[in-house]
Amino acid sequence: MLGLLETGPRHGYDLKRVYDERFGQDRPLAYGQVYSTLSRLLRNGLVEESGVEPGGGPERKRYAITDAGVTDVSEWLVTPESPQTYLQSAMYTKVVLALMSGRDANEVLDAQRTAHLKSMRELTSRKQGGDLTDQLICDHALFHLEADLRWLELTAARLSELGGQFTG
Amino acid sequence: MAERDDDTLLVGSELRKSFGPTPALDGAGLMVRRGEIVAVMGPSGSGKSTLLHCLAGIVAPDSGTVTFDGQDLAAMRDRDRSALRRGAFGFVFQFGQLVPELSCVENVALPMRLGGTRRKQAEAKALEWMARLEVDHLGGKRPGEVSGGQAQRVAIARALVTEPKVVFADEPTGALDSFNGEQVMRLLVDSARETGASVVLVTHEARVAAYSDREVVVRDGRTRQVELVS
Ligand SMILES: Nc1ncnc2c1ncn2[C@@H]1O[C@H](COP(=O)(O)OP(=O)(O)OP(=O)(O)O)[C@@H](O)[C@H]1O
Ligand SMILES: [Mg+2]
Repeated sequence: MLGLLETGPRHGYDLKRVYDERFGQDRPLAYGQVYSTLSRLLRNGLVEESGVEPGGGPERKRYAITDAGVTDVSEWLVTPESPQTYLQSAMYTKVVLALMSGRDANEVLDAQRTAHLKSMRELTSRKQGGDLTDQLICDHALFHLEADLRWLELTAARLSELGGQFTG
Repeated sequence: MAERDDDTLLVGSELRKSFGPTPALDGAGLMVRRGEIVAVMGPSGSGKSTLLHCLAGIVAPDSGTVTFDGQDLAAMRDRDRSALRRGAFGFVFQFGQLVPELSCVENVALPMRLGGTRRKQAEAKALEWMARLEVDHLGGKRPGEVSGGQAQRVAIARALVTEPKVVFADEPTGALDSFNGEQVMRLLVDSARETGASVVLVTHEARVAAYSDREVVVRDGRTRQVELVS
């Protein structure tokens, strides 16, 4: 949200609208969240009030980013997100449990594969009908689903070898 | 196997083919509807390309049948089958499919020329398709003088120039990076949708398969339908 204020002062309502448009995807911001975040940023000196429209109430206030806020955004942007290692995976657990209990792990893999491909197809058609920002977000999701699928393929190819390790 | 209906265009059933002791196809089947894009997936060596070749009448199966628009390919005379391949089918492969001695526009015009269309007319049509795939500026170049992504667009233009009923694409993005692969897929799918062509798309990449309406998995020469359109 702080980053969005760098493009100019905004009302709380305006912030929510831009946020939802750009980043909301399937999870729009709640108003309560907008105002609680703004008051925290105010407290920390990262934003300041920049004018109030007649009528009063929090929705009439405009907020602007401070120099400290700009520094904060700059630092945050270049701090890398910690790469997710996905070492705790429900898919892995299911495959192992299927093998341990002597079930057909192929069924687990196939069901997962079908679900993944369905999602990928939905994301692809959304991408085809969308603008460049839709493409960015959908491609990010698609590459992650593809990574899962490659793991499913590899695991399927290793099932006979794996089976021996988990029985008994 | 999916239900057969009026929209059925291409059907392969119980296809078997061996090149040696182990069968490449061991009872594979596939049904393609008009305008439908079907992805054929599966591990390397599972028989995807062999299935595509049988469906396209390039390879004759040892047993099983392929019917296109109600006609049994095996029952056709060689000459008619060649004419069908030239006129009703289009092909896109991973690489090495363009004739190196011909310019790009001559390559695209080739299927029409082989079908008896006059040079001027064929090349005009070829340039139209090349423009749609944004490679018309490369018309005078030889395939060796263009990039892999450009060559692939030229190949798609060639596959579509006769406005075929079915486009057979075997790993069409296999030699391309993600960005070019996406663009090539988008162009292929958009062009196919526009002309109402069906596409049989062999790929092991899920992101590429996600452009299809439905996918079929080949394992050890046998097909399994993953998901049927309702
Ligand atoms: N012309 C041929 N001569 C001999 N063997 C062949 C021929 N074509 C295919 N095969 C064999 O048939 C089997 C299936 O091959 P195919 O090319 O159909 O697999 P594929 O699924 O397309 O694999 P890939 O993903 O690696 O392209 C393989 O064992 C292959 O070696
Ligand atoms: Mg192949």
